[in-house]
Amino acid sequence: MNADAEFQLLLATLLLAVIACVRPLGDYIARVMEDGGPLARVGGGRLERGIYRLCGVDPAAESSWRDYALALLLINVAGAVAVYALQRLQGYLPLNPQVLGAVAPDSAFNTAVSFVTNTNWQGYSGESTMGYLVQMAGLAVQNFLSAATGLVVAIALVRGIARHTVATIGNFWVDLTRATLYVLLPLSLVLALVLVSQGVIQNFSPYVEAKTVEPTIYEAPVLDPAGAAVVDAAGRPVTQPAVANSQILPMGPIASQEAIKELGTNGGGFLNANSAHPFENPTALTNWLQMFAILLIPFALTYTFGRMVGDQRQGWALLVAMLILFVGLTLVAYYSEQHGNPLLAHRGIDQLASNGQPGGNMEGKESRFGIAASALFAAVTTATSCGAVNTMHDSLMPLGGLAPLFLIQLGELAPGGVGTGLYSILLYAILGVFIAGLMIGRTPEYLGKKIEALEMKLASIFILTTPFVVLAGTAVAVASAAGRAGVANPGPHGFSEILYAFSSAANNNGSAFGGLSANTVFYNISTAIAMFIARFWPIVAVLAMAGSLAAKKRIPVSEGTMPTHGPLFVALLLGSILLIGVLTYVPALALGPVVEHLKLIAAT
Amino acid sequence: MLRSHLRPTLVLLGAMTLLLGIAYPAFVTLVARIAFPAAASGSLIHRDGGVIGSALIGQSFASPRYFWGRPSATAPQPYNGLASGGSNLGPLNPALLSAVDSQVSRLRQADPAVRDAVPVELVTASASGLDPDLSEAGARFQVGRVASARGLPSATVDALVTAHVRGRVLGFLGERTVNVLELNLALDALR
Repeated sequence: MNADAEFQLLLATLLLAVIACVRPLGDYIARVMEDGGPLARVGGGRLERGIYRLCGVDPAAESSWRDYALALLLINVAGAVAVYALQRLQGYLPLNPQVLGAVAPDSAFNTAVSFVTNTNWQGYSGESTMGYLVQMAGLAVQNFLSAATGLVVAIALVRGIARHTVATIGNFWVDLTRATLYVLLPLSLVLALVLVSQGVIQNFSPYVEAKTVEPTIYEAPVLDPAGAAVVDAAGRPVTQPAVANSQILPMGPIASQEAIKELGTNGGGFLNANSAHPFENPTALTNWLQMFAILLIPFALTYTFGRMVGDQRQGWALLVAMLILFVGLTLVAYYSEQHGNPLLAHRGIDQLASNGQPGGNMEGKESRFGIAASALFAAVTTATSCGAVNTMHDSLMPLGGLAPLFLIQLGELAPGGVGTGLYSILLYAILGVFIAGLMIGRTPEYLGKKIEALEMKLASIFILTTPFVVLAGTAVAVASAAGRAGVANPGPHGFSEILYAFSSAANNNGSAFGGLSANTVFYNISTAIAMFIARFWPIVAVLAMAGSLAAKKRIPVSEGTMPTHGPLFVALLLGSILLIGVLTYVPALALGPVVEHLKLIAAT
Repeated sequence: MLRSHLRPTLVLLGAMTLLLGIAYPAFVTLVARIAFPAAASGSLIHRDGGVIGSALIGQSFASPRYFWGRPSATAPQPYNGLASGGSNLGPLNPALLSAVDSQVSRLRQADPAVRDAVPVELVTASASGLDPDLSEAGARFQVGRVASARGLPSATVDALVTAHVRGRVLGFLGERTVNVLELNLALDALR
């Protein structure tokens, strides 16, 4: 079997498996969000009712969008404070066998915002920074709650569309609890155990010192008494020969965190190399399962939407649009990487795929994944808001890196993060019917709701906030010495590193062109601001939209109603997404990956 | 309005921290320890009462008597378990090209007899810096060097490589690879 056929089979099995789950899982999620679903009746729903009693919440009481948004913001801010405090107090807390100390304030702030916003951008290196308690009780808890936050916002918007002439959009506390207890937790439990069975580690042991087969002889940097690297007159670090007779193997409760990292489209790795690390992702099978888990809920929510608005075709139309975008950019990523690096071609190196090797651009990739499973993972993780990586995106070919970057910049809606994908594409659907309404001179409507000035204002805030943060952040970083200091690669690739960082932060993805030295005060603060604004401003706009739509009268379908489920609508939706994405980002992309690609052609 | 949300905010965050942050990982650990003890503790390889490595984590090999794995970009030493990560060098970066060139000349010097093009995985750094595997082509390329350094017939070493090639999962997932540490341990066990 040749490499291309192997890739096509991989892509086909993944998408078929995910699509096969869309209906059962989408249906299940709709039932959970309605009344708790079947799991709520296990044990008489005592756990759920106990939580409401402790919280002093009346589960039957629904609230306005303002109240819903306020509750959402409060628990997210409280979560950020908790994650910050856990990191700062780490030295005094248990379950920290490596005795890791307090995380620096700027890094702790960045990480707290990062995990609460479902970004999971990581400036730190997990194995040398975070003890087990911080990982579990700080980071992983937010993995669940940030995913649940995205999910309930999507549900609230769909309720706004489905209901009419009411003032409420749901009970935030009930929605958040049910999404966590009955959707995210059971799926994570199953996936975690499957992952352990395949070799993902799960323990509370101290790190293991392994006496290696051969000693490693290397050049170690010379440190002054203060612990800083000594440099020579030319500014190069001074080194001396050193020998390592052992290898320290990091340990920890990884599988339980890995499961929700994928299912919640979070993406924050327990270890620095994330899903490239063999302890997080040991085999091609775990890699397939991780990609499946990332795509599972975002795609299933299209069916939840269809069911809640009483017309499944509406959900399938969104799913088709998502698939077209996803498959298109996945192919760009795969073929760019499999083609290899032409600059290596004349250096006596074999990059051709054969039975003995995958070939292609293997810099920053793992042998067990080869090109196909790495390029596909890169697309999966950026088409969602996940940001887990099994390949180093900084070392992708220019167009191979452009594909994930553009998937992020399109707003991560193909299929997007848990909940965020659905509400993002619904906002574009509203923009789409508005544009169509302008063309034919009728008041636009979507699923029986008139789209008026307020809705368009909210949609504009939603659609423009993130690009504004991306481009302004990139501009500030490029214009400042502190921003430029972080760049690792010369030329246009260095610009791509900065553009990718702010695209990833503001779209709450979390993957990176990792060469960028981001654990600095400048990047820790600037990306945290980007993550926070671009997460919660759009969420408030979506909830306001939900409230506004819920209050409207439902208008009956008439001759002049544009159907929003056929191929014409899918084309209109794709057109709106691409119009905004291309107009916003092509100038910036031209300065980064496009120039780099042209330089590559010129150099070969 | 604000005050009425304070109690659920704090109580729910606390309850979820206990449930998702403590009970859930503790339960998974318990089941994992009972059902998959070796996998859960890192697929460790024991020799003479001590741990000599993990089947999942690559080690640095430099002697001609051993198969070499992927180049590792971890700092300060290669295959540093505490600093997983890749080189993050872009495809046009001169530093990438010079790293590749020096890797090629190291392989050529170690075995001047081989005329084949160097398989790409032997000159490119892995994503984790701890890649335990190597393509079959990458292992075959080194058979001559290892065999002559050990005074073994090439056919013996080649057969050992063949025995260590792992096929694709379910016939199409992943790549055909060789686990370098396991292959080298098998080499040492030959005599």
